Amino acid sequence: MSRILMAVAAMALVTILTRAAPFIFFAKRKPPAALDYLQTYLPPALMTILVMASFKDIRWAQVPHGIPALAAAALTALMHLWRRNVLVSIACGTAAYMALIRLIG
Amino acid sequence: MEQRNGSPLQVTLTAAFKAGIPVLLGYTSIGFAFGLVLVGSGLPWWLSPLMALVVYAGAAQFMGVGLLAAGVGVPEIAILTLLMNARHAVYGLSVLDRYRGTGLRKLYLVFGLTDETYGLVTTITPPPGVVPGHFYFALTMMNQFWWLSGCTAGALFGRALPLDISGLDFAMTALFVVLLVEQTKVIRRPEPYLFAAMAGIGTYLIFGSGNFIVIATALTGVLLLLFRARLERAA
Repeated sequence: MSRILMAVAAMALVTILTRAAPFIFFAKRKPPAALDYLQTYLPPALMTILVMASFKDIRWAQVPHGIPALAAAALTALMHLWRRNVLVSIACGTAAYMALIRLIG
Repeated sequence: MEQRNGSPLQVTLTAAFKAGIPVLLGYTSIGFAFGLVLVGSGLPWWLSPLMALVVYAGAAQFMGVGLLAAGVGVPEIAILTLLMNARHAVYGLSVLDRYRGTGLRKLYLVFGLTDETYGLVTTITPPPGVVPGHFYFALTMMNQFWWLSGCTAGALFGRALPLDISGLDFAMTALFVVLLVEQTKVIRRPEPYLFAAMAGIGTYLIFGSGNFIVIATALTGVLLLLFRARLERAA
């Protein structure tokens, strides 16, 4: 139990630190150029990694070979490119995934 | 249709509520899925509202539950949380000016700077006659309230639901897909995506799925810095 509470405290502390870091360090000075650069290009790279991380535990060799997740993710992306409505995209993708794992899982 | 009469507080709260409706729907459903996953991992229900209150970071909370259930140690959990939430430091850089002069409210604004709150704060213009700092503060509080509600309800009532809602946690994957598509609208150069994809596939093939995010992010950071001259020259 204390391990859980310590983990939560550590997560809370680390999270607030990551959010406060730029406010603490750059309140009075200009961010260096390398940080400006990473500020621009790290978010798209991180989102790519986070999407891939969502698929990392799929057992590709077993039925249904990750098809529900891949198809639902593709539908989410297409819906978002088409309507660009966050909620509609997430709702459609999630509903498709829930349907697919019941139909072919 | 904007409500123009009423006290400044009412106008601010109404505007913040309307702006946050997408987050209301997203956070309550994803929070519900989180609570369900947490209880399903054998962790106590109260951990869900506690994390929603003090950690308040969706992806890191999902990861934390997985790590806790797997028996991973506290130092490792702290390091992985740092790596997963490092992107928030990047987000903070672009709201330094917006949050300037908000006094003590700034402490909470910074604490509540989630991906979605950041997205709203940087895209929605506060309505005329409303103090921006007050609007951002109300928006941030409402967003955390929706998250807390979802996390609590999912942990308490998720298992009592007569419905089979397995697969609902795909909402997290869908959220990342949506954020990725949003990124492609802003950053049109292929390199960041290619570097991340290469690093991700390499990490998966060599190291497997353990510590995937950590290793892939580090490799991507190295690639980005190596090709900095090329990307900046073209920008």
